[in-house]
Amino acid sequence: MVYLMIKELSPSADEVIIVTSSLMKDMNSKTDMYRANAIRVLCRITDGTLLTQIERYLKQAIVDKNPVVASAALVSGIHLLQTNPEIVKRWSNEVQEAVQSRAALVQFHALALLHQIRQNDRLAVSKLVTSLTRGTVRSPLAQCLLIRYTSQVIRESGSTQTGDRPFYDFLEGCLRHKAEMVIFEAARAITELNGVTSRELTPAITVLQLFLSSSKPVLRFAAVRTLNKVAMTHPMAVTNCNIDMESLISDQNRSIATLAITTLLKTGNESSVDRLMKQITNFMSDIADEFKIVVVEAIRSLCLKFPLKYRSLMNFLSNILREEGGFEYKKAIVDSIVILIRDIPDAKESGLLHLCEFIEDCEFTYLSTQILHFLGIEGPKTSDPSKYIRYIYNRVHLENATVRASAVSTLAKFGALVDSLKPRIFVLLRRCLFDSDDEVRDRATLYINTLGGDGSVVETDKDVKDFLFGSLDLPLVNLETSLKTYEPSEEPFDINSVPKEIKSQPLAEKKAPGKKPTGLGAPPAAPISTVDAYEKLLSSIPEFANFGKLFKSSAPVELTEAETEYSVNAVKHIFDSNVVFQYNCTNTIPDQLLENVTVIVDSSEAEELAEVLSKPIRSLPYDTPGQTFVAFEKPEGVPAVGKFSNMLKFIVKEVDPTTGETEDDGVEDEYQLEDLEVVAADYMLKVGVSNFRNAWESMGDDFERVDEYGLGPRESLAEAVSAVINLLGMQPCEGTEAVPNNSRSHTCLLSGVYIGNVRVLARISFGVDGPKDVAMKLAVRSEDEGVSDAIHEIVASG
Amino acid sequence: MESCPSIKNILLLDSEGKRVAVKYYSDDWPTNTAKETFEKAVFTKTQKTNARTEAEVAMFENCIIVYKFVQDLHFFVTGGEDENELILATVLQGFFDAVGLLLRGNADKKEALENLDLILLCLDEIVDGGIILETDANVIAGKVASNSLDAGASLSEQTISQALATAREHLTRSLLK
Repeated sequence: MVYLMIKELSPSADEVIIVTSSLMKDMNSKTDMYRANAIRVLCRITDGTLLTQIERYLKQAIVDKNPVVASAALVSGIHLLQTNPEIVKRWSNEVQEAVQSRAALVQFHALALLHQIRQNDRLAVSKLVTSLTRGTVRSPLAQCLLIRYTSQVIRESGSTQTGDRPFYDFLEGCLRHKAEMVIFEAARAITELNGVTSRELTPAITVLQLFLSSSKPVLRFAAVRTLNKVAMTHPMAVTNCNIDMESLISDQNRSIATLAITTLLKTGNESSVDRLMKQITNFMSDIADEFKIVVVEAIRSLCLKFPLKYRSLMNFLSNILREEGGFEYKKAIVDSIVILIRDIPDAKESGLLHLCEFIEDCEFTYLSTQILHFLGIEGPKTSDPSKYIRYIYNRVHLENATVRASAVSTLAKFGALVDSLKPRIFVLLRRCLFDSDDEVRDRATLYINTLGGDGSVVETDKDVKDFLFGSLDLPLVNLETSLKTYEPSEEPFDINSVPKEIKSQPLAEKKAPGKKPTGLGAPPAAPISTVDAYEKLLSSIPEFANFGKLFKSSAPVELTEAETEYSVNAVKHIFDSNVVFQYNCTNTIPDQLLENVTVIVDSSEAEELAEVLSKPIRSLPYDTPGQTFVAFEKPEGVPAVGKFSNMLKFIVKEVDPTTGETEDDGVEDEYQLEDLEVVAADYMLKVGVSNFRNAWESMGDDFERVDEYGLGPRESLAEAVSAVINLLGMQPCEGTEAVPNNSRSHTCLLSGVYIGNVRVLARISFGVDGPKDVAMKLAVRSEDEGVSDAIHEIVASG
Repeated sequence: MESCPSIKNILLLDSEGKRVAVKYYSDDWPTNTAKETFEKAVFTKTQKTNARTEAEVAMFENCIIVYKFVQDLHFFVTGGEDENELILATVLQGFFDAVGLLLRGNADKKEALENLDLILLCLDEIVDGGIILETDANVIAGKVASNSLDAGASLSEQTISQALATAREHLTRSLLK
């Protein structure tokens, strides 16, 4: 019992030296039970260092004569493999011996451990499997494991479709084993082989068929479940079992019955459909809602497979729709009927009629409105739409407000799309004007007036139709946020200004006046849309309009730590002869309002850049991001680099959190931000090429420059490679940024576009010299000699 | 993935769905409340079925549950969706029979609670961290019995009392015949 306690508490090894030492003593005690348990407990609480000490004992235990001890050691080994794989791998000799042991379960555990150790080595696994399939396997559990490994080997041995697969005979032999779990495992493995043929499947299916009529529910369940899976891919193979499965429909265990029905529905052919429907009708009343939904979906796919049988299936669906059931269940049925109506044109009339009968009695508002909406779309297209008007009009009188409103809309749709009915519709609509609910009256009025309420049979204007019944292109979320931020002013709300894309930000941004309401702000979603977004933003600012085309924008760089009062991150925009820093500022103090926010940039360390202008944020309230800009001029085409120190300067005004009013006068304040660096990589756009070789050849070596550099001692080759890639800021091509482990050399192919729109390609060979020194040879080709030189400059100075 | 057949949990509940002894071997139910919700759900789902003669099986929340009832105890073994149901059934059978042996035939809640230590040891001997250790009920019961050696009663003493009990039984039976 003590062992149980220790395992439950499982302290770490350094806390309980006493416990561990007494456990170690126990490992060598005479009583085998103690040894076994001690091993298991020790392995649970041990860590790497302790493990090496007891390793010797564990190795002995694995080959111990007592099977309990051996099993304990092996199972602990399996658990330890997760945390200390190297140590456990050293035991593979002993484990190999254990596999040959006579005790059944020791073999099982040893096999499991050996497989785990050798998992990544395909050859070793297949050797293991070969040797054991010829040898003797003593326990059914071990046999099951072996079957699983065999199917893994078969799967990995690829698609050599020359005759029989290698181990198929072994699997087939297992079908005749004594233990049922082995037979089942083998049958399941055969059915799960990819690309299996009917001939190969037959023995497995025969065996499963026998299971279907067993007395044990577990066997029946397992067999039906596997056959269900097979039926999805090879329905023909399963048809022999149909008769047995039909008897299972009345099985006591409802899961088995449902699985049987769904399988039959998948494998049934046209003639059996009627028979099945009869049986299912009796069956449906017994089972729970969740099973019913499964059956309904199976019926739907059956109907789509046999469109001619739609009549009986549709009748079935409408019958069950009439019976009691939960919301999900009825929704599933309605969805199925709708899909059938859409896909099988002949079924439309009867389907719509069934739905109309259903809404007469439906207790779920959601479903009624769905059906009415659907009727509005499909009804006018049928041959005699007036049939449905009676049903719809009844809804207008008898139901609750939501349904009534929906019914009015549907009536109007009929009127708009079917001109002959218009006068009659208007009569009905006019009666709706006296309804007690606002929404219903509003809708009725709207429709009467827009559809030309003089009662004449006139073609309704197309624009009117689109206005009334066309779909709203805009996502509702954006519409909602735009409406919230619309401040009442002279200008009416412009629906065209609502952005069409859904943004990932949940905040409703207060857009600063003077900017277009295609809002932007904090972290962008995708790189492509970001560039466009930045471009739009920058071009909307008149002062930046004459900077030309934006070359590159960097990713946002945090200039403050998290959780500070003001959080600022900066984005660097590179133009041909200008650089703009965009600072996204957020005020996280609820009782402060910042005004006239600017960033004072000290560019004394960057000689070539001169500040040109700065654009402040006029007002920055709590928790809404705002942008301020500082623009610099630089000589054209020159990649100016430098470090900039930044200081946030603003006027802070107190805000009363309860009323939201701000004080009149504020205090000037400053806030130091971290430095911002402009590096050469900022001038390089990452543009990949798909075929590096072609691009290299076509570039020509007129402007090629080759040079060698020693990078000094580095942690690893991979680290050196990624450091150089980051320094240059170019895009690695053809996956050459990944360095395989333990390699002594590597070639990296990079490509990019430099400022001035110059294409650059670089081929870098890395080699590990000596213990840790990395040397590299850089070959650069570009369309401009100056650029090639510049690249080398970057590397030389970086 | 497809490697060792593993067990997610073994549950022993009473006739109202409350815990007698449970052991979880997987992280699918991290908090105690999650575990209790699972137990309650499993219990309500299987309450109405009759699993006294043969082990029954059900699928629930992407796991397969094999279960068996005796008197007022409910045994459940849970495995993953792709697990071999027959392996789970063997484990269940082993557990079931071992408990029967340990409680000397009176497998009901009172006996189980009085011998809770035996049951916990039994659970420990069957599955270790999700991997099946043993499925033969006799072996399991033997291991548990030898493990729970108290200072006082030794195995030999127990067998003597058992021998006396069987002798008494035989005597009464022969008198009645």
